[in-house]
Amino acid sequence: MSLSPFEVSSAALVAEEEQSAEALDAAGAIEGRSPLRLALARLRSDRMAWVAAGMILLMVVLALIAPVLSSITGHSPYNPDLVNGTDTFGQPYGPGQAGFLLGTDNVGRDILVRIAYGARISLLVGILATLLATVGGTALGLVSGYYGGWIDALLARLMDAVLSFPYVLAAIVLAAVFGGSLPLTIGVIAFFSWAAIGRIVRGQTLSQKEKEYVEAARSIGAGSFRIMFVDILPNLIAPVIVLGTLLVPVAIVFEATLDYLGVGVGPPTPTWGNMLADDQGSAGFGAWWFWVLPSIALLITTLGFNLLGDSVRDALDPRTERLFAMRRKKAAAGGLGASAGAGTEPLSGGTEA
Amino acid sequence: MADAAAPVNPASAEQSLAAAPAEDRPLLQVEDVVKHFPIKRGIFFKRQIGSVQAVEGVSLEVRRGETLGLVGETGCGKSTLARCITRLHPLTSGRVIFDGVDISRLSARQLRTHRRRMQMIFQDPFGSLNPRRRVGSIIGDPLAIHGVADGGERKRRVQELMEVVGLNPEHYNRFPSEFSGGQRQRIGVARALALRPSLIVCDEPVSALDVSVQAQIINLLEDLQGEFHLTYVFIAHDLAVVEHVSDRVAVMYLGKIVEMAETAELFGSPRHPYTAALLSASMVADPEKARSSHRVVLYGEVPSPINPPSGCRFHTRCPKAQPLCSVEEPPLRIQAGDSAGHVTACHFPVAPGEQLVGAAPAISAAATAFAADSPDIGEGGRA
Amino acid sequence: MIRFVIRRVVQGIVTLWVIVSLVFILFFMTNPDPARLLAGKSATLTEVASIRASLGLDHPLWQQYLSYLGRLITGNLGESYKLHEPVTTLLGQWVQVDISLAVGAGIIWLILGLSVGILAARRPRSVWDRSATVFVLTGLSTPTFILGLLLLYVFFYLLTTHGVSIFPGAGNYTPFLTNPAQWVRDLILPWLTLALITAATYARLSRSSLLEVLGEDYIRTARAKGLSERRIIYRHALRAAITPIVTQFGIDLATVLGGAIITETVFGLPGLGENVVSAIGREDLPVIQGIVLVAAAFIVVANIVVDAIYAVLDPRVRLS
Ligand SMILES: Nc1ncnc2c1ncn2[C@@H]1O[C@H](COP(=O)(O)OP(=O)(O)O)[C@@H](O)[C@H]1O
Ligand code: SF4
Ligand SMILES: [Mg+2]
Repeated sequence: MSLSPFEVSSAALVAEEEQSAEALDAAGAIEGRSPLRLALARLRSDRMAWVAAGMILLMVVLALIAPVLSSITGHSPYNPDLVNGTDTFGQPYGPGQAGFLLGTDNVGRDILVRIAYGARISLLVGILATLLATVGGTALGLVSGYYGGWIDALLARLMDAVLSFPYVLAAIVLAAVFGGSLPLTIGVIAFFSWAAIGRIVRGQTLSQKEKEYVEAARSIGAGSFRIMFVDILPNLIAPVIVLGTLLVPVAIVFEATLDYLGVGVGPPTPTWGNMLADDQGSAGFGAWWFWVLPSIALLITTLGFNLLGDSVRDALDPRTERLFAMRRKKAAAGGLGASAGAGTEPLSGGTEA
Repeated sequence: MADAAAPVNPASAEQSLAAAPAEDRPLLQVEDVVKHFPIKRGIFFKRQIGSVQAVEGVSLEVRRGETLGLVGETGCGKSTLARCITRLHPLTSGRVIFDGVDISRLSARQLRTHRRRMQMIFQDPFGSLNPRRRVGSIIGDPLAIHGVADGGERKRRVQELMEVVGLNPEHYNRFPSEFSGGQRQRIGVARALALRPSLIVCDEPVSALDVSVQAQIINLLEDLQGEFHLTYVFIAHDLAVVEHVSDRVAVMYLGKIVEMAETAELFGSPRHPYTAALLSASMVADPEKARSSHRVVLYGEVPSPINPPSGCRFHTRCPKAQPLCSVEEPPLRIQAGDSAGHVTACHFPVAPGEQLVGAAPAISAAATAFAADSPDIGEGGRA
Repeated sequence: MIRFVIRRVVQGIVTLWVIVSLVFILFFMTNPDPARLLAGKSATLTEVASIRASLGLDHPLWQQYLSYLGRLITGNLGESYKLHEPVTTLLGQWVQVDISLAVGAGIIWLILGLSVGILAARRPRSVWDRSATVFVLTGLSTPTFILGLLLLYVFFYLLTTHGVSIFPGAGNYTPFLTNPAQWVRDLILPWLTLALITAATYARLSRSSLLEVLGEDYIRTARAKGLSERRIIYRHALRAAITPIVTQFGIDLATVLGGAIITETVFGLPGLGENVVSAIGREDLPVIQGIVLVAAAFIVVANIVVDAIYAVLDPRVRLS
């Protein structure tokens, strides 16, 4: 299984950061500082963002070295091994026992190796589904908001329907009809996620298209397609990036849920959801490592993306939280802002995803 | 890119137009243009319950190389007329003939070739530039869209344009937010100039700028007009500006042209009571002139273009209004004693030297209030 | 107002019709012959044929579709292939579990979410606000089933193995009317599971809309007039910030009523959610259709109610 989409995107992120640092220093008077660059610079100075990046990186590394782990330990992620993987009474090993760092499951498979392989599926699904949803939601939201009329009426209703539909129910019905598989899982998650982005993009497009720069573009002969994707889109990129980042953990949770319910990527593929749903046999709840350890892996990943999303939002929309923090500091220092209400006076809530 | 498929070879188009019969044919003819914005309401199906009559039967001509000024209070339909001329709005009825070609019914695709020769400069130097795109791309857009120049050639031409409008070409990669208001308007001018158009419609190009900067932009536009043989339709707030830049001036009220004449004649002997009122209001804002002149007061609010007054649309506020005025609409025609190019739509035009009746004591205050009410006249840092 | 409601009801009916039709098509496109399923493995061909005829399966698809719609309108959802009971009867039993779930969990998440949100909004960037952020992010990051398993492990397994059995394990449900105390005991962990996760959304929503309202002019005026912070929050700000919360609450409540699939599965509760999973497993088409229809209907109705409340609160909505 290929992890390339994630490798590419994470590598690109790092590369861009370095580049922007240089560019920013060398920027001087000639090079314009793009709002995105400024945001990246702000992001770099955010401690929480680094913590989040560390959590995500941990999982990426785990996903990348999964085959290495498997070959070093000689433990297959798929095949039950009742001989080496369980003790003389057929009971699973706990963490640290018999050379199994995180223990074994009911049929003697190495939990560590399976968690590492599970990371591949979670990240792949999370990021691919999010990319699909983001691209689709952005395009449809733009079209809906820009054209208006019956196209908008149709798409807006569709978004409402998708957003209000009980998506777990829909997903299991679809999985039941078409049979659970990785592509279907990604497709289903993308289908139920695009509308969240579509709705925001539509709203933003509605306000952007009234701006005079759109009229200016039309006056020089730009067509609808160019206006939507060259002129309006760059003005929506900030909320799209924020929503996209916050959609990744939602997709990962969704995937794990489908697996847990047995309608996602079925066994024997090791996924965190499958591991949690695995029959716990006679060990029962007593063998907490069966489900606690994959849960922790999952939480580290989703929390990482959620924290990153919050930081990205702060960085892209510094007007809200940061400005506020600054004012408080000023007020505390007895500066100009230290009037009656300054300490508690909030700015607008900003873009809450 | 679709631009490559543009049917008309630019060079040959240029030729055929240059070879067109008369060099003295007007560059732009606007014939009886009407623009209504429908107002819709409804539960299941939207039905039209009325319309904003923003432009109601405007006809005018613009000759090659001249500047036609267009003035009137906010909301009288100047911008709408400008957008009808440049076909940013579809017309409700009427015709716009640009260099002999009726462009009022052309499809978006057919329009593309004409857009190259007809550009617009917008009022808001902040809103009209895309905040998320670099200045180089903004100015280069027309070149890209029409497939005129690509890559290094485009960059060279953009930097040339930046130099022409007085911007530092090294700021090619900056974002609009890094420029001042005046510099931004220069960017807008450069964008309008990129395709070497014949006609530029300037919709209040300086009214959002500081007074000190206004003159610079006006001078730039005048210089460019000489250098590139441009024809301007110049909409403005400020009567002084219009007087300065225009060869001829048209005065609009509630979607109609009420008076049009050579600049000197219009400012020297206005015939329409509305023109006279505008002129006197602007003088209030100009203390030097105010002292030596009498003023006319306009009573009441501008009526709604959704439900305009009958007959002469100005009769609800006109100091000279008679019963006839609310019944019969006065045609736009040459009034007795005026030169051929001076037309006025009024049953009882102001005679040269006539003092309009305006309640004397309240005049100053009320006129100032009017001037402040209507940014078209009062703004620009003069009040 | 009445015309507004009528329009929404018509839209809702259209939505339901689309959903019902989709489910119908989806299953007839892909499913094996229901008659064969119904007759069992040992049935003869003639037996299958007679069942097929009795179900109307020998008619063309569009006729089946029309008669299916016809039966729907009269409130007849058919009979379960396997349980051999009318679907409406079954739904009536199962939905009681979901009502129980929704009532308890809804109260908890509303109170919890709003409290956390208000606490955070009153002192932004304080310790309270930071804790609220942690609460929200953890809630958004945690899958429902993991929280359910954790609660079961701690409050059922660990307590029970240490001789304290307060909370029952999975697979227990007592109807309210049978024994109210037992009803609460059985449902307290499922309620907490649903509520803790959902409360995160409410905390975030109420914090952001409160902050937005608190920044507006009239609140500043109230502050300038010297009104107490408590009064400002509860009298003025909360009232204005409540609309997005009402919307969210309506939709969430309806979603739980239509089947809390994950919670029911983890705790083995016999509601619509667990039953739709098992009906899918045994390809019990009438039951699946019935549950999907009911779930969708809850949400459509909730949307209409929420819109109507909106329209009452804010007359501008009616015009749009
Ligand atoms: N897109 C539109 N839809 C509806 N009404 C409009 C629209 N654009 C302009 N109007 C109305 O048309 C009238 C003329 O507006 P405009 O041309 O912008 O005036 P001006 O530029 O002279 O200030 C105003 O009453 C305005 O409200
Ligand atoms: S026609 Fe009558 S109302 Fe209109 S401007 Fe002339 S005098 Fe005034
Ligand atoms: Mg205007």
